Formats: sequence, structure tokens, C-alpha cells
Amino acid sequence: MSAVLVEDLWYTYPGGLEPALRGVNLRVSRGEVVAIIGENGAGKTTLAKHLIGLLKPQRGRVEVFGLDAAKAKVHQLARYVGFAFQNPDHQLFAETVQREVEFAPKNLGFPPGEVAKRVEETLRKLRLTALKDRPPLALSSGERRRVALASILSHGPSLLILDEPTVGQDGAQKRQLASLIRRFAEGGGAVAVITHDLDFVAEFVPRVVVMSKGVVIADGPVDEVLVDEALLSKASLRPPASVELVKSLVEHGLLHRVALYRSLSKLADELMEGLRS
Amino acid sequence: MEQVVVEDLWYTYPGGLEPALRGVNLRVSRGSFTLITGPSGCGKTTLCRCLNGLIPHFYGGILKGRVVVEGLEVASRPTHEVAKLVGMVFQEPEDQLIQLTVEREVAFGPENLGLPRSEVRDRVEEALTALRLSHLRDKAPFELSGGEQQKVALAAALALKPSVLVLDEPTSNLDPASAAEFIKLLVDLNREGLTVILVEHRLDLAARYSDQAVLMSEGRIVLMGPPEEVLASDEALRLGVAVPKAVELYRELSARGLRLPHPPLDPEELARGLVELLERRPR
Amino acid sequence: MTTSLILSAVILRGRLELSLIPAAASLALVASTGQFKQWLKTLRGLAFLAILVLIVNWWTVGPSFALSLVLLLLTLAASSSAFFMTTSPDDLSLALIKLKLPYELVLELSMAIRFAPTLAREAQLIVDAQRARGLDLESKLLKKVKNLVPILVPLVVSTVRRSHRVAEAMESRCFGASRSRTWLFDLRLRRADYASLAASVGLLASTVTAALLSLV
Repeated sequence: MSAVLVEDLWYTYPGGLEPALRGVNLRVSRGEVVAIIGENGAGKTTLAKHLIGLLKPQRGRVEVFGLDAAKAKVHQLARYVGFAFQNPDHQLFAETVQREVEFAPKNLGFPPGEVAKRVEETLRKLRLTALKDRPPLALSSGERRRVALASILSHGPSLLILDEPTVGQDGAQKRQLASLIRRFAEGGGAVAVITHDLDFVAEFVPRVVVMSKGVVIADGPVDEVLVDEALLSKASLRPPASVELVKSLVEHGLLHRVALYRSLSKLADELMEGLRS
Repeated sequence: MEQVVVEDLWYTYPGGLEPALRGVNLRVSRGSFTLITGPSGCGKTTLCRCLNGLIPHFYGGILKGRVVVEGLEVASRPTHEVAKLVGMVFQEPEDQLIQLTVEREVAFGPENLGLPRSEVRDRVEEALTALRLSHLRDKAPFELSGGEQQKVALAAALALKPSVLVLDEPTSNLDPASAAEFIKLLVDLNREGLTVILVEHRLDLAARYSDQAVLMSEGRIVLMGPPEEVLASDEALRLGVAVPKAVELYRELSARGLRLPHPPLDPEELARGLVELLERRPR
Repeated sequence: MTTSLILSAVILRGRLELSLIPAAASLALVASTGQFKQWLKTLRGLAFLAILVLIVNWWTVGPSFALSLVLLLLTLAASSSAFFMTTSPDDLSLALIKLKLPYELVLELSMAIRFAPTLAREAQLIVDAQRARGLDLESKLLKKVKNLVPILVPLVVSTVRRSHRVAEAMESRCFGASRSRTWLFDLRLRRADYASLAASVGLLASTVTAALLSLV
């Protein structure tokens, strides 16, 4: 059973002139991490909202861990899905970090003992234990983001959807996020990251889905998709900075072909090899 | 005399336990492009607020040391006087736009100054034309994309004809294409003589155009100087700042014994540097 | 025009035939905006009140009085709608400034209008985010109030934070720099405005006269 199964999904917003989604197909398995990229208005967030039942398909099928998302209620799907919206401040409301992280499991009907255990574990994983009695609204922006993340992880979802999780973050914070995503997938969960940050995708995400004007125009390994400039420009996107770098090297005859290097260390090794010969 | 002088600046927010700025010294010369970067919480935003008078007048708190812009001591003049010299663009595009149309938004600043109507009209037209926003003049803020909103915020700041422009992470909330476009606008404005002080995380886009880079951490300036030196430094590495990819590769190559004459800030510079190195090698 | 229509309708209440005049005039105003059909849809909510008024007054006073009250309601609705449909918030602000209302007040009004769609969008985002954490918004009344806390707190906090950023932006653009602020746009009375003014005064005058002469 796939984590996510989307078949021929069509959706038009009420009052919309054009469909926001036109026959989208997507399949994500457990343990997979996939990035969904595309220009503003391509339909990325619209698609994501279908996965947690906030929007219902007008045509086509959406299944999340076998549940029919068209018929299921949001809180039924929320049991399996953790959705982190772009702005963490849109979630935070409780008097303490502890209460904030308890919110979801409590809503979903976990027994109190279970809630306490899950909250403690989640706080520990996100290094928030020291802050558990502080009011979330008084924390720094980086800390608030971690609290928001903890608050959608504590109920033990199997699918994580992150909408623009890297906005305004510095290098260290992005690496911590990547590490969290990796551990989640290694634990058997699936992760979908909606993002504009192609540098982040190039370094940390193995599979990319490209959307443009409501359609999926590409779905494949990151090293194939992110070097295809023609494809990316169809979605009004530019290749990540590391690809621009490789292009310059190829243009000056220092490398043979344009490829995606997830780590510049490997690129350096190859360059040294090439220069020695 | 430098255009902007910051001397031994210490600042603590009201109710703050620790100073947010600890003895910052900075000089910015007329017409230059200064890039300020550093990990989250290092004080870059606080420093920006000190440059146009929001600190201390809007925020309160305890300010020690001096900030002098065009000979004016910022702490001792009301904000609206300093704001005439120092234009500011903030991180959230939409929260800077308070009027119902783009045209009125750009007019807001000059209107506040009580300038004669014809001058207000001229300044609005100039700013709209310079940033190619004339076709959007009757649009409401929520009808605009993030990139367009931020351009309007920039036009609104320019309408006051400042001599220094300070921008606090203006591209954080923009998609890459809009971000690149916005940075390019700043570069053009700088080439026309406007002093630019830019706080940025997206160094791949901006580093190559800067004259001076400032690396901050925990309220202090850790390193300051030519961008290629600052960004390729060990301090930048230690602080985990996301430097341009060309600088990253330069570091990797240096670690493997291949040292370019100076750190490149963009791919072209790196490639050409390598080619030159190859050509000078004995066969 | 709206004011005089409303006043006329109030004065003429009880007089069925005469009440038709302001009613028809206000309907004509709405029709002139070119959005008559859409406007009729909004009357659905009013229909319930109108029927209530009709039944109560038919029973207590009489049919002609009841019908004229319904016409009064119609005039009220139509003329108010016509006002808001044809007046942009910008012009309203400028008009209020011309009437010597303090600038800060007028600015607050126009900013409230400006940020209304932003607030609406944000409220929707918050509702979505909290529903995604299992918040149940379809439950019984008592629980519903408690369930509003996770919606209201982020909304209020977000609004307060926004106000702070907005204030910063305004300060940075010299808000309050000069006592004699300039306004780029100005409202001028044009011929059409004079005509409309004349018609309004005429209508009001004739209704008052009619009221005084006959026994309304």
C-alpha cells in the first residue's frame, strides 16, 4: 500500500476561472522523500491540501495509506498525516510548549499516558525539552519553527508534508531540518517537501516532482530533473546554484558534462582527477 | 568623512537580558554596496534598525555608542528626519504596504513630508518608472505577487530620495526568480550612486556585487572586509553561513592542495581562475 | 442622495403610493451600477426580515401600512447598497478628510479596509493549520467556543505582530514628519455631483412638503 496515491486529480477553486489541478498523478511510498517544486500558482499547495482532506477532489482519486481522502474527514486523515504550514505562527497558541505539542494527540483521542509519552519523546528529538514550560510565542523564530514541527510530529504521523520549511533559515538550521527529514524517512515514514529552495533539494532530497499550471511535468531522480534546464524553465524555475557552477566549469572545458553534484566535495575530487590527467 | 559611521554601538532591547549588539564598529562609504550576513540571531536586524532611527526611538531600550549618518547623529534626531536620509525595506512584503493602491503607497512618503503636490506627483512617477511598476499603479496590495509587493515597497522607499538604502532580508519571502530580479534592481540602483546596505542569507545572488562584507555573530562583527576574504574565511565556515557555491568549491579545492590566487565569488570567476592556473602549469 | 432617500422613505411610511417613489428611485440607483442581478441575490437575507415585518404590521395596523414598511426596508437596502457599490474606500477617505476628520482616524479606516482581505486569508490559513492537527470545528455549541481559542490566539498574535511591522514601515517613511501633510489626490465637485445634490434636496423637500400638507 502506498503512502500516497493520487490518480487523475482535478480541482478548481470556487469562483476560479481555471482548474488549479488538471489530472495530477502521484505515488509516494513509505520511506520516500520527495520534493514538489514549481512556480507560484502551479498547484503544489493545492495538491498537498488534498492529502489531508482540507480540499476534496472534484474528479479523480486521492488515497492516503489506503484511506479515501475524498470521503474521510480531516481529523481522520490527520491521524496519519503531519502537515507543517509555511508560517509556524499560524499554529502556535498554547501557554506552554508542552501544551502545544500535546494538542494534536489529545485532539486525536490518544489516552493521557500515551500523550505524555509521545510528547516527551518528540520534545527530546527536537531538542525542546529545556523549553517545555516556556510560552511558544515568546521564543525565537527558529525555536518557534521547531515547536511547530514538534506539534505535528507528536501524534506519530506516517506522512509528513512540509510547506516551504526553509524560508528565512540559515545554513545550520537547514542541515538540521534535512537530518530530521532523513530520520523520519529511515523510520518508515514518507515525506513531501513543497519548496522553492532548489539548493536544498539538490543537496538533501532524492526525488523531485515538478509542477506547472496544475500539471505534473516531471517526476524523477533529482540528478536528472534539476539539470534539465529546458524542463525547469517550463516551470519558470532556474537550476540550483551548484548546477550553475558546474555549467561554468563545463563551458570552460574543465568538466565533461553537466551533472548534479549533491556534495561539492565529490565535485572537487572529480576536478582534481581531471586536472591531473 | 564616511557616509555612515557606527562607533562602539551597544544595544539592549527593553526587558532584554543580554545586549543584542556588543560594541559594533562599522564604516560605510558613499556609493558602496555592503553585505551583512551571519547566523540567525546574530544582530543583523537590530543593526539595521539602528541605522534609520527605529532604534532607539520606536523600540526604546538602552543604546550606547554612536550612529552617524551624513553627519547627523541618529539617536538625537526624530525618526522622520533620519528616515529622509536612510530608506528601509523590510522582510515581509505585504506588511509594508498600507494604502489601497500602489500609486498612493508610493506617494505616502512624500505626502508625509508635506512637499508640494506637483513634487509628490513627480517623485511618484519617477519611482514607478524606475522600477517599471507604472502598469500596476491602480492595483491593490493583495492583488500583487510577493515579488511585485516588494518592488512597490522599494519604490515607496525611493520616493523619499534617500542617500542610503538599508534592506533587511528583503528576498527571504520571495521565490528565486523574484529574488534574483530584486537583487538586480539593487545593483542597478547602486551603480547609479545609491549606497546600499543589504542583509542577506542568499549570498549566491548578492555576494558578487558587494564591495564590503560584514560577518556578524552574537551581537558582534566577527569579520569585515572584501567579500571574497570574509566569505572564504574560517570564521564563515565555523558559523555555518551558506556561502556562494563558488566559495565552497574554492575551499574544497584548497583543502586538496589546489589554491586559486583569490577566492571567487561566482562560477565564472572560479572557472576562469582554474583555466588560468592550468595554463600557467609547466607541461 | 442615499441620505435623502432614506429620510424620505421614513417620512412617507404608511403612505403606500408615495413610498413607491423613493423605493423606485433607489432601485434605479442600484440598477445604474450595472450589478442589479448580483445585488438581488444579496436580498435573500433581507427577505426573512421583510416577511416578518409584513406579517406583524398587516396584523396589527393594516395592509397598506405593512406594504409601505416593506418598501421602506427596500429603500434602505437599495440606497445603502448603491452608496457602497459606487464609492471606493479611497474616495470615502478623501471625503472624510475634506470634512475635516483627523487624518489618523481616516487612515485607520482605510487601513482596516486594506487589511481586511489579508486578515480573511490569514484566518483561513489558521483554520486549515489547526484542523490539520485534529481540531474539530463541527462539534456542539459549548465545545465550539473552547475550540475557537486555537484559531483566535494565532490570529490576534499575528495581527499584533503585523501592526508592529506596519508601524515600523510607516515610521520609516516619515509618518508624522509634517503638520501640513500633502494629499496627492483631491475630490472635486463636478456637474454631475451638483445635479445629484439638487435632485436629493428636491426629493427631500417635496416629501417634507407632502408630509406637512396631507396628513401623514
